[in-house]
Amino acid sequence: MIFALYFLSIDQLYAARIGELVESNSWDQIKRFFTFSDRGLQLSLIGALLFGSVCGLTGSFIVVRRMALFGDAISHAVLPGVAIGFMWGMEKDPLAILVGATIAGLLGSVLVQAIVRTSRIKQDAALGIVLASFFAVGLCLIRMIQNHEGASKMSGLKTYLFGDVAVIDSSDIMTMSVIVVLTFVLFYFLYRPLLIVSFDRQFAYSLGIPVRLLDAVFQMFLAIAIVISLQAVGVVLVSAMLIIPAATAYLLADRMNKMIFLAIIIGVMSAILGVFFSFLGSNLPTGPFMVISSSLLFAMAYLFSPKNGRITNWYRYLQLKSKVRKENTLKLIYHYLEKNAEAKEGVNIEVSELLRTSKGDTKGKLSSLRILEKSGSIELENKKLSLTNLGLEQASSIVRNHRLWELYLTNEANYAADHVHDDAEKVEHLLSEEKVKELELFLDHPTVDPHGKPIPGRGQV
Amino acid sequence: MSFNQIFVEPWVSHFSAYWPILVMAFFVTAACGLIGNYLVLRKISLVGDAISHSVLPGIAIAYMIAGSRSDLAMFIGALIAGIFTTLIIELIHSRSKIKKDAAIGITFTTMFAVGVILVSLYGADTDLDLDCVLFGKLDFMASKEKVFFGLPQIVLTMGFILILIILLIVLFYKELLISSFDPSFAATLGIKPRLVHYCLMCSLSVVVVSAFSSVGAILVIAMLILPAATVYLLTDRLWLMMILSVLHALLSSIIGLHLTVALKVSTAPACVVAGMFLFILSWIISPRYGLLRYLSSSFDLSTFQKEN
Repeated sequence: MIFALYFLSIDQLYAARIGELVESNSWDQIKRFFTFSDRGLQLSLIGALLFGSVCGLTGSFIVVRRMALFGDAISHAVLPGVAIGFMWGMEKDPLAILVGATIAGLLGSVLVQAIVRTSRIKQDAALGIVLASFFAVGLCLIRMIQNHEGASKMSGLKTYLFGDVAVIDSSDIMTMSVIVVLTFVLFYFLYRPLLIVSFDRQFAYSLGIPVRLLDAVFQMFLAIAIVISLQAVGVVLVSAMLIIPAATAYLLADRMNKMIFLAIIIGVMSAILGVFFSFLGSNLPTGPFMVISSSLLFAMAYLFSPKNGRITNWYRYLQLKSKVRKENTLKLIYHYLEKNAEAKEGVNIEVSELLRTSKGDTKGKLSSLRILEKSGSIELENKKLSLTNLGLEQASSIVRNHRLWELYLTNEANYAADHVHDDAEKVEHLLSEEKVKELELFLDHPTVDPHGKPIPGRGQV
Repeated sequence: MSFNQIFVEPWVSHFSAYWPILVMAFFVTAACGLIGNYLVLRKISLVGDAISHSVLPGIAIAYMIAGSRSDLAMFIGALIAGIFTTLIIELIHSRSKIKKDAAIGITFTTMFAVGVILVSLYGADTDLDLDCVLFGKLDFMASKEKVFFGLPQIVLTMGFILILIILLIVLFYKELLISSFDPSFAATLGIKPRLVHYCLMCSLSVVVVSAFSSVGAILVIAMLILPAATVYLLTDRLWLMMILSVLHALLSSIIGLHLTVALKVSTAPACVVAGMFLFILSWIISPRYGLLRYLSSSFDLSTFQKEN
């Protein structure tokens, strides 16, 4: 914040606009973006920092309270307020527009609740009614302003529909920073009660928290977050800036304070990315770019989140699958060695003989044999395979896991001996080294499994 | 502006200019309103909003490929975009911990953002621009070539869609009724609630896409919900709701037309504002579910409690 004010105090006079740039190639634009030399760009970035953080903060509560569509409705409902604020002095007066929009947003949320409470219309329909009616009134007012004042005035208002980050000037930044600081301070003091109301209303009532009042305060926060982002993102798409960064954070974090922190960072990141994109393509509305950059961040989190990303999970699944196949092949070799006394040395086993001992997928087994060869567990020569010491250790450890688990199930969980194989077949791949040691200790270092087969000990076969 | 100019002239001296606008407004509002009844009853009103937003990129791409306004190309583009959106919503919602409302919010705003960029990049040489997305093109009906009863082709197409919707509703009235109110009972009767739902969504998309070019992407939701919500407060009978919502459509387009003339605004938003007034009226005075009734009954209750 201090940083923002510092920038403002440098010079108030020179305020170039992004939209006024002469045509230049995109490489130059990229260079200009990263040198931060452009005054208009600096203002846009500070604006992005300010509204991105408020959107992330408020959006987190919107997402956990499942009010995403409510946010959408209220963000459309501010339009008549913008128009009336504009009519106030028939020019772009940020404060008048801000006040008008906030009032319209609050009126919209009050109206939704009034309709739901006093009639039999459900919340979804009430939201739709308020969204569309307010928006239509706003559109009519904008047309009337246009008729009255001419199309040039209209262009100032048009930026409020789809957003134009370049119109943010230093007086806007002043207003914004004051509001943002106030919002953060209020949120800091109301954090705990807001949290309780969001997650457990009954509990909040029982604690004597003024739930209704907090709801009203929260709706005010919502309206303010919308209004702050209005210039840069526009009425039509501002709800996305509330929902998408917060939803991204929701994917990545488990705790509310972490989620809010991440949501603020992601909100700022998507706003800045949006500024970057719209800096490259001039004369385009900036709101859609903000939304698309936040959606890109969301898609990244959805696909690559370390905990639950779709691709992360898929990669993990593939790894497990190949591990299981490898281990099953090793087990196959071990069983073969057990049955065929003449092959006890573990050398020169006929591959075809080995494959005959089990049914199914010959190709897959051959390929996993090749993988085993690469990792140094076996040696393949002339269609004959030999287990190396490493391979022998790996094979006996997987058989040990299997038989230990079978024994555990029969002895401790009272399974019938003929029911334990399938379960052990899965668990053998998942047991960690410590768990195996624990099992051995628990079962008092057993030597024989429930089927009478020996459990391979450590360092022996 | 005199009374004469606002209320008489549109019907007398400028009749040929306003007639197609009025008819189109009525057709769109009536078709939307009829489908909207089911949306309101099934508590899925905002699905209409999501669909109308998310088909925009499909329509824009169809415009670019087909070169000009072609109903079929537009419809195919919208259909693909709509199905794509539904898939993405399901993917986000079922494969992560994101809840359904946020999944919808993420997907349709993103699709709409893509659409807005496409429209502002390539829409300049077609008649699809941001004004069309916002305000709709109802006012341009009069300048189109008239083919039948002083009505242009596009109005006739909309009329055909309206008749189709009415036919579908009459034919499947019972199935729609039962599955809207009691899906499990419907299943025991051999009506497949899922199938009915998908058919309903399908006809909703047809209506939304055909309404799109005349009322824009954002106001469609008003056309869908306002008539249904207004009449939902007035009656408990579904067939009566249907008839009354068509009446609401007629009234709001006529009042909207006069508002347009009086305030010199676009017709689509004016019709929505008119519809909103009708809704507020019905909300206040509805004999059984209205605001006045609510206030008086809560007053009665409080006096009753004091007496005890």
